[in-house]
Amino acid sequence: MNVILGALAQGLLWAVMAIGVYITYRILDIADLTAEGCFTLGAGITCKLITSGFDPFISTFAALLGGLAAGLVTGLLHTKLKIPALLAGILTMTGLWSVNLRIMGRSNIAILRETSIISMLVESGLTKNMAAIISGTVLTVVVIAFLWWFFNTELGYSLRATGNNLNMIRAQGVNTDTSIILGVMLGNGLIALSSSLVSQFNGFADISMGMGTIVIGLASVIIGEVVFGRRSILNSLIAVALGSVLYRIIIALVLKLGMNSNDMKLISSILLVIALCFPAAREQVSRVLKNSLRKGGSTNA
Amino acid sequence: MLKLTNVHQKFEIGTVNEKHVLCGIDLHINEGDFVTVIGGNGAGKSTMLNAVTGTNMITEGTITIDGSDVTKEPEFKRAKYIGRVFQDPRMGTASDMSIEENLAIAYRRGKPRTLKWGITHKEREEYKELLAELDLGLDTRLKDKTRFLSGGQRQALTLLMASFHHPKLLLLDEHTAALDPKTAAKVMELTVKLVEENKLTAMMVTHNMRDALRIGNRLIMLHKGSIILDISGDEKKKLNVPDLLDMFEKASGEEMDNDRMLLS
Repeated sequence: MNVILGALAQGLLWAVMAIGVYITYRILDIADLTAEGCFTLGAGITCKLITSGFDPFISTFAALLGGLAAGLVTGLLHTKLKIPALLAGILTMTGLWSVNLRIMGRSNIAILRETSIISMLVESGLTKNMAAIISGTVLTVVVIAFLWWFFNTELGYSLRATGNNLNMIRAQGVNTDTSIILGVMLGNGLIALSSSLVSQFNGFADISMGMGTIVIGLASVIIGEVVFGRRSILNSLIAVALGSVLYRIIIALVLKLGMNSNDMKLISSILLVIALCFPAAREQVSRVLKNSLRKGGSTNA
Repeated sequence: MLKLTNVHQKFEIGTVNEKHVLCGIDLHINEGDFVTVIGGNGAGKSTMLNAVTGTNMITEGTITIDGSDVTKEPEFKRAKYIGRVFQDPRMGTASDMSIEENLAIAYRRGKPRTLKWGITHKEREEYKELLAELDLGLDTRLKDKTRFLSGGQRQALTLLMASFHHPKLLLLDEHTAALDPKTAAKVMELTVKLVEENKLTAMMVTHNMRDALRIGNRLIMLHKGSIILDISGDEKKKLNVPDLLDMFEKASGEEMDNDRMLLS
């Protein structure tokens, strides 16, 4: 039971990260590796600010802003400098490693004794897992509600159409550069927001904590959509959040079987490989990869 | 309405593969003209349309639409003047979005996209009526993703989208070429109906010589990036396919070698 509760807590904390990956991967149809650096960025900003005496909510909000900024960089590299999305993401991710070290000042910041959103909930009498489940659920529900609204606005429509059919949406008078930049910002903002909460739960930020983010995110998206469907935007958003929980439960069960936590990255890769064995998922990944290797702003679909 | 002046289009400039696709096109289309465009493979038909829409920026020359110089304007800015239907039925709609969402996107062509709801109840009723007029059974499928539509249904939908808000210019790039003959005829019929009802100015590339002669009030023929034939009014009405082939041979000094054009 405790194992499941722990997995549920982790899954909900990471759900918003998976939704961020969903936006770039699924809505915009590009593989954005900014996620890896961005995850550390969100956690780094939060822990640095909390240890400097800032309010945890403000620190969490700052992480969101940091993520948006990272997304802006990748978006500009891709659209204005016409660098393929995959490479643009790698460039930002690599650069972020140094930026993150600058922000954090060292490679690891602990906030175990500081006041965080999780510690505040724990002080009110909750167990740590329950605190994570509640804060993760609240954040995920708010994010899903926001995105459901956003993707049903005029602007949201043009973002979705941009990922779907560049030719069509340009012919309808939409500046696809703006849509792409906005989408990549949104995705990375959410990733940083999620990692902020994760660092408050873990009680630390570490320079290498973002490694593997994209694999975990993609696994959550694919598992979620395979199991829970993708009939509409709302359906997909909920499916991805649940996919994140399911992913953690599977990981927890595998660890229970005797693998140890050093094997985590290997397990997550294998899990994604298994998820990719579903033909539909495999087909999509190859399409997105092809798309991501294309020069930004190129007109050929 | 549309004016192309000395338009040149070169691709891969400075490489061994340099191609000079449009070689000084001069074309003036008046308001209300329905121009059909024919020509063999590689004549520059699609390239000319892409030059007008801004899909490709031209190497030399100027393009004005309704009096304003759009030569340097990017594609998305010109969209407010232009409705378009592509050859590939998949290109005209966002396939993961529903019929009504696609219509709503086109309904806002050339307008800034805000944070208002992407579609309103009033619009939905309007779309239902417009789709019912198409008589393709789409009026009951507003929520279906367009990926589930047939090629003909998609082209009809794209046509409807392209004719919203009376565009200054309707550009059709072999929009029936990918359809079976029966569907192609139906879509062509709808095209003529929409253009006439809305009194649109249109340019239609086609490989079907009979369509090119039957439809519209003006016909131009492209060959190797130049306009070699420009006929309108009564002169066009009197022409038949053998005449046209004859004129092609005279004007180009070559025989028509395009099977697709001859057989259709």
